[in-house]
Amino acid sequence: MDRVSITGIWRWFLALPNDSAAKTLGMAFVVTLTASVFVSISAVTLQPVLRENLAREQQIQMQHMLQSLVGMSDKLNAENLEELVVRLVDLQQGTFSDQYDPALFNQRVAARDLELSVALPLEADIAGIRRRSNYAPVFFLPANNGPPLIILPVHGAGYQSMIYAFLAIEPTTDTIAGLTIYEQSETPGLGAKILDPDWKSLWRGKKIFDERRNIRIAVVRGQAQGPHEVDGISGATRTGNGVANMIRFWLGDLGFGPFLQNLKSGELEL
Amino acid sequence: MLARAFITEPIITANPVVRYMLGICSALAVTTSVSTALTMGIALTVVLICSSAVISLIRNHIPNSVRLIIQIIIIASFVIVIDFLVQAFAFDLSKRLSIFVALIVTNCLVLGRAEAFARKNAVWPSVLDGLGNGLGYSLVLVVVGSIRELLGAGSLLGFQVLPLRGDGGWFEPLPVIMLAPSAFFIMGLLVWALRAWQPSQVEEAEFRLQDPQEKII
Repeated sequence: MDRVSITGIWRWFLALPNDSAAKTLGMAFVVTLTASVFVSISAVTLQPVLRENLAREQQIQMQHMLQSLVGMSDKLNAENLEELVVRLVDLQQGTFSDQYDPALFNQRVAARDLELSVALPLEADIAGIRRRSNYAPVFFLPANNGPPLIILPVHGAGYQSMIYAFLAIEPTTDTIAGLTIYEQSETPGLGAKILDPDWKSLWRGKKIFDERRNIRIAVVRGQAQGPHEVDGISGATRTGNGVANMIRFWLGDLGFGPFLQNLKSGELEL
Repeated sequence: MLARAFITEPIITANPVVRYMLGICSALAVTTSVSTALTMGIALTVVLICSSAVISLIRNHIPNSVRLIIQIIIIASFVIVIDFLVQAFAFDLSKRLSIFVALIVTNCLVLGRAEAFARKNAVWPSVLDGLGNGLGYSLVLVVVGSIRELLGAGSLLGFQVLPLRGDGGWFEPLPVIMLAPSAFFIMGLLVWALRAWQPSQVEEAEFRLQDPQEKII
């Protein structure tokens, strides 16, 4: 009897007529296997480089975010950017947390983690973000005289993209000190006008709550009236509403509401 | 056919994009700047050369009934690896190319060369054919990318060539050039210019045009 060897089987296999069932299945199997081994090996070897790139990207994004804060309020300029203090806030409790390094905590990654985030019920999810991270970094600018400035990271769905922004508020007077948007892809020329310094400056000095502490801040069509309203952008109603809903959500009970409440009542010290 | 002809032919006279209209989708999407066009061109050329070589190597053993599947698997694996490489070593560019490197899998140009050439020819001519077609595709992308970047942003490869009005210069960028339809127009003008220069590229009409003098009965 012939000794059965691997090369022998291989030769027999190659000699099969191309359209026989055995060869068809065999070739499909061999090609798929080789391709997957090739892809897996390159994925594993390149993994460290890809991770490094992502980490560096995150750092650059952080820098970029902090740069965008300059000029959003009269109190914030390039010189005192260094003085910014960052703390991690437990959103549900409304307290500070030392669970993670606040400077490295990534809300976007956390919002995809089942243990680090909560799913939002449809009727409460006015910002259209579906899941909310349990923690969020908050920035403080200590002031020599007067209350500190608080800068909150916020995001919400606009007309065709997720809008990422910072909202600066003065906690004692519940006034918006400034809004700066650092990432969006709304319609160029219409929704993308939310980037206009003129439009962003409309937010400055607006009151968040009414006397009963209901959130009143809104974007309106036509002429804005009173301390709670901001002019919308014509032709971009849904983008404007998106920004307003984003702010209302993040200042509400599922956002930074408990934290701001604790801060105001004096239960939390900076 | 001379070895050189495999490379030179697809660059002008048998260009896959402007002659055969293959790979148009990505050509419209990534030509907003020269650098993205160039990266995309290089990525596609590498994929084309590698997949042509492998498909040609096993050409005598590909069962006809699973031919397309096997070709696509080979192309797809190369595309995945190239996509990883671009992400690893050209991260900023990979963000701007976003999904388009991965979409080389569905680029009809790659499968077209596998079907029309690599599965019937020896390895070395297939590699040359892949290189030639890759270069032809890249050339069109870079030409369209240069025109769009120059008119849409006043720069070339990121260097400001035309001083922008916003910075005290005279040039007002044309935002419409950055939109995909403009790429279509530029490509159309390119096809027109090329066929005016080399009438042999003009395809035969698929039906006879009605002579206005002729009477319809």
